[in-house]
Amino acid sequence: MTQTQTPLVELRDISISFGGIRAVDHVSLDLYPGEVVGLLGHNGAGKSTLIKILSGAYQRDGGEILIDGEKAEIASPRDARDYNIETIYQTLALADNLDAPSNLFLGRELTNSIGFVDDARMEAETRKIMARLNPNFKKLKEPVSALSGGQRQSVAIARAVYFNARILIMDEPTAALGVHETKMVADLIQELKKQGLGIFLISHDTREMMELCDRVSVMKNGQLVGTERVEDVTEDDILSMIIMGKKPEPAAAH
Amino acid sequence: MTDNTADTPAPAARNRPDGLFNRFIKATEMDTRLLGMIGALALIWVGFHLYGQLVNGFGAFLTPRNLWNLSVQTASIGIMATGMVLVIVTRHIDLSIGSVLGFCAMIMGVTQVYILPQLIGLGHPLLWILAICSGLLVGTMVGALHGFLIAYGKIPAFIVTLGGLLVWRGAAFLVARGETISPVDPTFALLGGGPYGAIGATGSWIIGAIGCAAVLGMMWLGRKRRRGFGFAMRPVWAETFLAIAGCGAVIGAVLLVNAYYWPKGIVKRHVAETGITVPEGGLFISHGFAIPVLILVAVAILMTILMSRTRFGRYVYAIGGNPEAAELAGINTRWMTVKIFALTGFLTGLSAVVASARLGSATNSLGTLDELYVIAAAVIGGTSLAGGIGTIYGAVLGAFVMQSLQTGMVLIGFDAAIQQVVVGSVLVFAVFLDILYRRNSK
Ligand SMILES: Nc1ncnc2c1ncn2[C@@H]1O[C@H](COP(=O)(O)OP(=O)(O)OP(=O)(O)O)[C@@H](O)[C@H]1O
Ligand SMILES: [Mg+2]
Repeated sequence: MTQTQTPLVELRDISISFGGIRAVDHVSLDLYPGEVVGLLGHNGAGKSTLIKILSGAYQRDGGEILIDGEKAEIASPRDARDYNIETIYQTLALADNLDAPSNLFLGRELTNSIGFVDDARMEAETRKIMARLNPNFKKLKEPVSALSGGQRQSVAIARAVYFNARILIMDEPTAALGVHETKMVADLIQELKKQGLGIFLISHDTREMMELCDRVSVMKNGQLVGTERVEDVTEDDILSMIIMGKKPEPAAAH
Repeated sequence: MTDNTADTPAPAARNRPDGLFNRFIKATEMDTRLLGMIGALALIWVGFHLYGQLVNGFGAFLTPRNLWNLSVQTASIGIMATGMVLVIVTRHIDLSIGSVLGFCAMIMGVTQVYILPQLIGLGHPLLWILAICSGLLVGTMVGALHGFLIAYGKIPAFIVTLGGLLVWRGAAFLVARGETISPVDPTFALLGGGPYGAIGATGSWIIGAIGCAAVLGMMWLGRKRRRGFGFAMRPVWAETFLAIAGCGAVIGAVLLVNAYYWPKGIVKRHVAETGITVPEGGLFISHGFAIPVLILVAVAILMTILMSRTRFGRYVYAIGGNPEAAELAGINTRWMTVKIFALTGFLTGLSAVVASARLGSATNSLGTLDELYVIAAAVIGGTSLAGGIGTIYGAVLGAFVMQSLQTGMVLIGFDAAIQQVVVGSVLVFAVFLDILYRRNSK
């Protein structure tokens, strides 16, 4: 359906090593507007490392990144932001000593006419977006270290959603969430997808991935095992890709 | 106690029965840590005064003269402590500032005594300003160099500034081969305090009026903003209390510094020089606020604004809380480190102005051990060595605590050895109290 368009993101032949370890080994992926691409794989397969290259946290050793079909130089998280790439990191990346509004606007503080940070306006904005994402969230003035894992997660999600991303990277966004909150994130992903965002989603929950994603890519030991449309494969196919590191036999697909 | 608070219809009652004190704290939104520090300071002051009164028969501490001198002596450490807060909040340390102070003082001494008089002539009106600029510039550059080595060379701050401690003390010696350089320019000397380096009664009242206006203006603005966003507001009685307490403190300070008169000898000389007539009952000239104290207050206010109202300050706290998150949020943490150390260097230069002006000369040992007092002031003031936590007002109060202890012990006649024992113990004890406080407020 979308294959005639230019992809929003194209990762070509991306490689990166840490010391002797090839954490990502010649991986190519693409992402179209309004599409959710899932990344699956064992712990240490290289999923987070790959998306951190796109978000500017790591510098690739080889390969290239194309945004809207044009070569993109992403040398820092700031560059990624300039391309409207927003990331929810697996580690959440929050400053524990600051409150939710300060974290949400970190690096992009709202300022008043004389250039001072406008805490009141940031608090009001945070209140607004939280009312949409997690209506139970009330602790706006406390350091985020005083929040539960799920509440912290909703701060990280709010930060990624607030700034009108075009490309959204979510590294295990539901890891710390309860059933209700997980459902809310699933709804949010559907809504953002409708708005035309491209989303990279990382999760270990294969069933969830089958529901939310258009395509899933499986990684193992830094290499890409394969990318499949979810309607073409079963959950078991995906699981065997993760475990065996091999593409399903074409005959096995119905 | 009967457990019927839940059905009490009074709107003030929460689900938890609050004590009167807790209600008061909540309504005024006062920082309990601030109250604790002021309480500790009051305790130290009253303690020394009573000890003097009981043991020596004369309580010398709570006198205008002593408190005025205390404020002047605190200025130098206090100015540097505001910078040290930023350094410690970002999980670094600066061991070099005492030596950097000595180095800056020597540079300023040489500039105003040897270099500038030859270039623009002795007593030139710009001389003191140029001398100050040289000190501030050198301080900033040294700080920036340290910051650069730490951020881009990835050398731990402890090592860089430990090296700096030796390097700059040695450099201070080399500037003038260990000579003491004096006298400093007369205008420059005013920045160190003393009878002439204070702004007098009228000036102090003007400062007091501005201070009160600022307190009231800030409260009014804050209330307006809260109303604008529909946030909860402080009850009127709490606002009134804060206004009275704030203005009361300002007016009290003015009354205090104005109650300390010039010594008789200086008044006599002043009368001889100006030829004014001495009224019946003698001439009393108030000191008013000392200039170094006003510098400290200005620095503290500006640094507080920097830390709480600007992006720079927000980033300092973010880096301290989670350096990785700050980096991922697009903050250039390395450049921030350079800026933070440069700012601390600038403040050290400013401190060198105050210290050498007070002394009336520049010696290469000026500022020895200051780094330890400054770190102690910041830490006593609640700055956490784990990073991420610390306030400017805390550090300034911490500097006052340190200086009060020292002055107090001199006044009651403790010798230097006991002073060291006490100051060291207080530092450890204060940090222990701080840890307890944090654990309980969680
Ligand atoms: N900064 C780093 N320094 C050294 N090695 C690293 C670094 N980051 C990742 N690695 C290594 O790269 C490999 C891939 O790690 P990565 O975090 O990408 O895995 P992952 O697929 O996200 O796993 P998980 O499901 O546990 O999150 C691992 O072997 C890891 O040890
Ligand atoms: Mg990961």
